[in-house]
Amino acid sequence: MRISATDLSLHAQGRNIVDGVDLQVAAGETFGLIGPNGSGKSTLLRLLAGLDRRARGIVELGGEPVSKLPRREIARRLAMVEQQAETGEALTARQVVELGRTPWLSALAPFGPADAAIVDNALQAVGMKSMAARAWATLSGGERQRLQIARALAQRPRILLLDEPTNHLDIHHQLALLRLVQDLPLTVVIALHDLNQAMGCDRLGVMAGGRMVACGPPDAVLTSDLLRNVFRVGATTLTDPRDDVSLLRFHNLETFNEIPAAAADAACKSRPCRNP
Amino acid sequence: MTEAAIPCAAAWRSRLILRLTLGLAVLVLAVLVGVVLGETPLPPSQVATVLAQKLWGAASGVDPIDAGIIWNYRLPRTLVAAACGAGLALSGLVLQTLVRNALADPYLLGVSAGASTGAVAVTIMGVGAGAIGISAGAFAGAALAFGIVAALARAAGGGSAQLVLAGIAGSQLFNALTSFFIAKSANAEQARGIMFWLLGNLSGVRWPDVALAVPVALAGLLACAVHIRALDAFSFGASAAASLGIAVRRVMVVLLGAVTLMTAVMVSLVGAIGFVGLVVPHAMRILVGARHGALVPASALAGAVFMIAADVVSRVLIPGQVVPIGVVTALVGAPAFALILIRNRSRA
Repeated sequence: MRISATDLSLHAQGRNIVDGVDLQVAAGETFGLIGPNGSGKSTLLRLLAGLDRRARGIVELGGEPVSKLPRREIARRLAMVEQQAETGEALTARQVVELGRTPWLSALAPFGPADAAIVDNALQAVGMKSMAARAWATLSGGERQRLQIARALAQRPRILLLDEPTNHLDIHHQLALLRLVQDLPLTVVIALHDLNQAMGCDRLGVMAGGRMVACGPPDAVLTSDLLRNVFRVGATTLTDPRDDVSLLRFHNLETFNEIPAAAADAACKSRPCRNP
Repeated sequence: MTEAAIPCAAAWRSRLILRLTLGLAVLVLAVLVGVVLGETPLPPSQVATVLAQKLWGAASGVDPIDAGIIWNYRLPRTLVAAACGAGLALSGLVLQTLVRNALADPYLLGVSAGASTGAVAVTIMGVGAGAIGISAGAFAGAALAFGIVAALARAAGGGSAQLVLAGIAGSQLFNALTSFFIAKSANAEQARGIMFWLLGNLSGVRWPDVALAVPVALAGLLACAVHIRALDAFSFGASAAASLGIAVRRVMVVLLGAVTLMTAVMVSLVGAIGFVGLVVPHAMRILVGARHGALVPASALAGAVFMIAADVVSRVLIPGQVVPIGVVTALVGAPAFALILIRNRSRA
């Protein structure tokens, strides 16, 4: 399912946290959001999920404006995994994933064997099936993160929004998760900090100061100019001789001066992001 | 393992019916015990005869005074105690879940204090006297207190600690207002009655009070039962509930409205009884788990039984004298509250 945003903005606490973002992500595409800390990635994801009533602009899921859809219908189309998820309730791992079935259940359609099978599959997909009976309080940060992703999968959405889902994960589970996300037949918008991981996305959008300053295929976006202006690092492109995939090795810029104003202005000019 | 854990629909339904029947049986038994025990214990056979006579018109040779004690005094008192216990326990459960604070309950968040102020104001001013008028005043006071506490907590940053602190501030404010109203307007006789009622008191309860308390408790139970999945979805907070498809604002309005109504009516009938809303849901979490499908009926039942027991204790603790029921619930509740604080240490 397609997700698109038109002139999406959020003004709060005296500043524009998200500022006039235009975005179109095609059905089945994996779209990466990158940008420095505080650039508005997480807020943009929340706005795409329709979770902030103060937002201005239009978000459409499959061509229908999110503001016109009931929450239950949104939750059937779109699942979101936020960075923070905490509970004081004594839930088991399996019960957390079962919450994902909420938008599909009603008094007439209580939790049944089909739902249990979906929950099993979701637990399996993130490698948590053997820990299903464990209490949430006893799980590590990475295990909790994987459970939240399983919960999102159990929602059986068509669109998946992930906010830095590889945080807290060991390297094995990072790679497994990215592979899982890329193989899902879903539209995925994923905020990532690791630019080398972001290279695996179909397209990337670069956030800076609440605006989307660049958008396109990873090799077209991650230019040395952009890395210098937005991320304030230099980079050398290396090639893995095993499969000829190129990756970035970062280094500090020679000086730690602030970015020259003109370059920053040029970099921060908002550009609409459309499908190629 | 998981396949075995999935009960088929029919088995699940029959288990549900079994549990509901068991729960009702426990409740009926508790009510009977509540009627039998008191300053002058009446033999169960006599109680059964009187009930049979009143309910089914059976013949009865019981002394009319004893029959009057059973039918006009103990039975309505026990039924109101059950309704209050269920209502307060459900209120505490809903507040703890919605505001994600283990210490939330109508008493600590100032809702009970607001209800007391409203009820006292109506009593003293004498506008729209009678149970309904006093309950309406209590509802207005409870809603106002709730609004002020919520706004203050929000203005202070909206955290869990801020909410409890705002609740303390709200309680103090409304308790002071209540004292002010009493000092300014009530005569000595009135003041004594009000002070006694404020501590929690079921002595004056009669049948019209049953007609108010029981429907309100049942309505609150129904509102909770309808929102069981929504309450579960709040485990990870309001934002997570919204992304699970819960219409957060509507659910909040309905459930917090139900809490305010239940608290207001119960306080207006029996005074501000503390700790039931706090302790019962926590005890039930330990017994039946964190899911509201079990927690809602278990809390309602346990609250009802606990309050009947507290009322019986309040009547028999000191022979010839009735201890305010709020004193009994606090004597049990305060140590239980301390246990909850210690248990929560690891999560803080």
